[in-house]
Amino acid sequence: MTAELVGGLEPPDYASHDRAAREQYDPVFTGDVKRELDELLTRYPTKMAALLPALWIVQRVRGWVSDQGMAEVAGQLDLTPAYVKGVVTFYTMYHQHPVGKYFIQVCTTSPCGICGAEDVVKAFLRHTNTGELGITSPEGRFTVIEVECLGACGFATPVMINEEFIESVTPDKVPDLLARLT
Amino acid sequence: MAGEKMVSLTIEGRPVSVAEGTTILEAAKTAGILIPHYCYHPGLPIAGVCRMCLVEVEKAPKLAPSCATTVAEGQVVHVYSEKSLDARKGVLEMLLINHPLDCPICDQSGECELQDYTYQEGREDSRYREPKRFNPAEDFGGDVIYVPNRCILCTRCVRFMEDVAHEPTLNVSERGDRALIGKFEGKDLTHPWAANVVDLCPVGALLSKDFLNKARAWELDRTPSICPNCTQGCNVIMETRENQIVRMRPRANENVNAFFMCDWGRLNYRWMNEKNRIEHPMVRRDGTLSTTTWEAAISGAASVLNGKKVFVVASPMLSNESLFLLSELMQGGSGVFRVAEGEEAPLAGVEDLALRRERAANVYGAEKLGFQRTTDLLSGLGRDDVLLIAGEDLVGVDASAVSRASDVIVISSVLADAANRASVVLPIANFSEEEGTVTNLRGRVQRFTQARQAPGDTRPSWLVLGDLLGAMGKQTSFFLPSEVFARLASVNKSFAGLNYDTLGFKGLPLVDAPPTSPKSQIAVGAA
Amino acid sequence: MGFPHQSHSRETTVLSKYFGDADARTLAGWKKRGGYKALEKALDMQPADIVNVVKESGLRGRGGAGFPTGLKWSFMKPGDGKPHYLCCNADESEPGTFKDRELMRWTPHALVEGCAIAAYAIGAETAYIYIRGEFTEPLYWMEKAVKEAYDARIIGKNAMGSGKRIDVYVHKGAGAYICGEETALMESLEGRRGNPRIKPPFPAVSGVFGMPTTINNVETLIAAAPILLNGADWYKKMSLSNPKSTGTKLYSVCGNIQRPGTYEVVMGFPFKEFLYDLCGGPLHGRKFKAVIPGGASVPIQNMEEAEATLMDYEGFVAQGSMLGSGGVIVIDDAQPMVTVIARIARFFAHESCAQCTQCREGTAWTTKILERIRDGEGTMEDLDTLLDIAEQMTGKTICVLSDSCAVPVVSGIKKFRGEFEALIQGRRFHPVTAAVA
Repeated sequence: MTAELVGGLEPPDYASHDRAAREQYDPVFTGDVKRELDELLTRYPTKMAALLPALWIVQRVRGWVSDQGMAEVAGQLDLTPAYVKGVVTFYTMYHQHPVGKYFIQVCTTSPCGICGAEDVVKAFLRHTNTGELGITSPEGRFTVIEVECLGACGFATPVMINEEFIESVTPDKVPDLLARLT
Repeated sequence: MAGEKMVSLTIEGRPVSVAEGTTILEAAKTAGILIPHYCYHPGLPIAGVCRMCLVEVEKAPKLAPSCATTVAEGQVVHVYSEKSLDARKGVLEMLLINHPLDCPICDQSGECELQDYTYQEGREDSRYREPKRFNPAEDFGGDVIYVPNRCILCTRCVRFMEDVAHEPTLNVSERGDRALIGKFEGKDLTHPWAANVVDLCPVGALLSKDFLNKARAWELDRTPSICPNCTQGCNVIMETRENQIVRMRPRANENVNAFFMCDWGRLNYRWMNEKNRIEHPMVRRDGTLSTTTWEAAISGAASVLNGKKVFVVASPMLSNESLFLLSELMQGGSGVFRVAEGEEAPLAGVEDLALRRERAANVYGAEKLGFQRTTDLLSGLGRDDVLLIAGEDLVGVDASAVSRASDVIVISSVLADAANRASVVLPIANFSEEEGTVTNLRGRVQRFTQARQAPGDTRPSWLVLGDLLGAMGKQTSFFLPSEVFARLASVNKSFAGLNYDTLGFKGLPLVDAPPTSPKSQIAVGAA
Repeated sequence: MGFPHQSHSRETTVLSKYFGDADARTLAGWKKRGGYKALEKALDMQPADIVNVVKESGLRGRGGAGFPTGLKWSFMKPGDGKPHYLCCNADESEPGTFKDRELMRWTPHALVEGCAIAAYAIGAETAYIYIRGEFTEPLYWMEKAVKEAYDARIIGKNAMGSGKRIDVYVHKGAGAYICGEETALMESLEGRRGNPRIKPPFPAVSGVFGMPTTINNVETLIAAAPILLNGADWYKKMSLSNPKSTGTKLYSVCGNIQRPGTYEVVMGFPFKEFLYDLCGGPLHGRKFKAVIPGGASVPIQNMEEAEATLMDYEGFVAQGSMLGSGGVIVIDDAQPMVTVIARIARFFAHESCAQCTQCREGTAWTTKILERIRDGEGTMEDLDTLLDIAEQMTGKTICVLSDSCAVPVVSGIKKFRGEFEALIQGRRFHPVTAAVA
């Protein structure tokens, strides 16, 4: 088997968001990406089981999962687009719209909530100029959202910036964290 | 069935014995108890999600969803115990918290299971003080509109499209209280059986565009009938308001259509409301057709027919009874019919159920009763035959051929141009205005009954033909279509032993019909 | 081992011994520490004997339900002619819980080994490790460990030369708490919405892909290896209170406490000492007010209950709560309980799969009422309504997410009613303002 990551740590091509939303759709599953999907299919007794991994691939390549992306996955796995959409909308990690180049998720569930996560969220909103949850900053750089339990409660407040997982973020660390991002 | 293990239990104090594997909900039905439910439907796989059918089973730690719990020997089930009623009251309250309570403007009002069960078991008031969730109505394509605010997420529609139509066009989108039924942009509910989701929807969330705002449910008269639009013979309810058919819906029959009917059949009812009709019997006087009495018309027709070879051009929409009577007056002549055709559209999840190519109700009855199927209706018309046109509009037929006939008699609801040489015209009721039987493509004989009042002096076809045979001295008159059928069964071996009582409203196969298997369990099999 | 802090002398580190030890993450490093010896031993044993050792050890499921692991494995009938599957539940999403995250990112090979042992024991040729999508780091290390194990032929067509095929695949979730419920996880793995299934049929009869399936938590599977190596008796003896709770347990500690982290103690350890000694007690100038000891879905304990608890399955129940997933959320006197509970309810409302009526509507309704009370707009009737809704949400749905939302509401109103009433009566909650060290 190839152990290439499904998702993993490589940053997706977020710069393509705006283009992707407007441009004519080019299939994702060609060449190496198609081979990657073919390998994934060997892992499961049904084609449908490769649905979540296939959607992850689309998001990795395109930065989000568009309707056309869903339709392409449906075609690859012998499903209907409506079925795929039902699945996509169930899971919170698939972006159904283009998001900022840096997608920032701040855990605010109770354990982090009682450790000051709200202030971390506010710091991100202020320093990214997004001002509002779910809004992408004007230059397309940042989108900040609250996320339910990231599973690192002992490291309050955990924050995910794209695929990077950052522990123990406090409001005063936010400017430095953002400054690192190009 | 023989060999099946039976299980005995007690439901609401009533002893019940059912086959092993039966659910408590179905077992209760046999004891005459309908356990309230939403997501369960006998034609769909079990979902067990609405939690409405919770009942108390003695010795069980929790309330049981009766749709998803199979019976066990010695079980004692309480449907109306305090605990069960309280749980269902809770479900009803929850289902209504975000519901707009817009019954006065909802098409489903009066036939809404949310309304019914709330009246039956729900709270008088709501304790909900928060803002309600709102989503706009959406055109799902086909005949279907979705009103998400009324949706209870029972997923019957999703399961129908996925497990019965085998075309998952609908999904549950989002989750939690944001969830709603969704479809994919650009992929409409165009499946030829999709409109069944409207019937399946227990509330006013999925509505028929065709029926939208046409009538309140309590204003409708409902008549058991058969869909006349193809040879499948789906059992239907014809719903009328002020003598107009406003909706046709499927009526369950495990031997024919399970719980479903196709969109084309369902929506193709307007021809039965058609106003352009012959309303009075007519005879030709001085070269023109003029209105007369039935007595004069019948005796006029009898005198034209007497002693002549008769060539009958019949419609395959006519009942077995009428076709039988027509065959009795051929006097050595013959009968033909033609069939409109379309594309076959099967419902994948139910064996042997389709919108059939042949788009008429009684093609097989006509063949059984000796009529020849043809595409060239008048080619067999002999010189000096009497041409008897019964229910056929002759559209597209070369009228010059009609001139070979010595005379023309029309027994129909509409007067075709090609038949304007007729010397007698006898107006008859259409399919929705009379009673009779039709034979479907698998040889099943099924009764349909009168849903509308026929216009003017129009009479049922079997009555007209019976009177005509009587006037020709061949037959005493009939007073009921069942008498015609009894006569048919006594002379035609295929129909031997059948009568209206035994046919009931689910029909029976002809004596020589090949065996078929019931369809009711097909879609449920997976669960 | 108290990670990220120094290990405390009163801990018993069996599973967490190598937390923070980067070398243990690699195959070579793992082997140096005795890795894959247990698998080697297992492959020389009869599957039934492995099941018996695990049964004998008293190991119970570490994901939350505490079902005896050996018994669960024994439900997988050998020779039924069907493919068997092992699912590893690494969808750790219970608020307060992060022990599996540490296990996977520090000792990924321990999980590969645990999966391989369990797969062999239950007659499965395929094991899927379902890891929640947010766990990018555990995903990375698990993928890497699986690849290393394949390359070294520890798993694959001929696992360690045994002639047995054991495939292990990492499957990435995509953001859904409910996929930690075992049947929802299987649905998700099959490429569907993560909707819990009606049971029966149970997974051992019809699990993933409709085949007999065993599903175990990460910690449970990892515990199998030392049990095989050291014997059932060794494990059984690690029990300070009730003999039905054996071995060591990982606790993730978070919230308002000096040393949050992952701790490993023997079953039956006194909770009071755990909180004040091992975890360092409350923040400076504050006092503990309440503890949610087993992840957000278990009843809230007041301190009287918490301090009287012996930390095992029975001990937490005896003091009004449950061991659950071992996610200890500590709440101090600076926190308004209504806010805490409202936020927990919001979590469940967000995560409800939307199947069952009481859960779909009830979690959201509960949240709205709680937030209204939090904002000073509540009424006394709201409390009755909340309790009644909670009753409707308990024991009536396919899975227990709905119950989980009701639990903190009921225990919270019962144990901290004064705070609710104060808000309703217009008295604001005044948190302590003492400085935090």
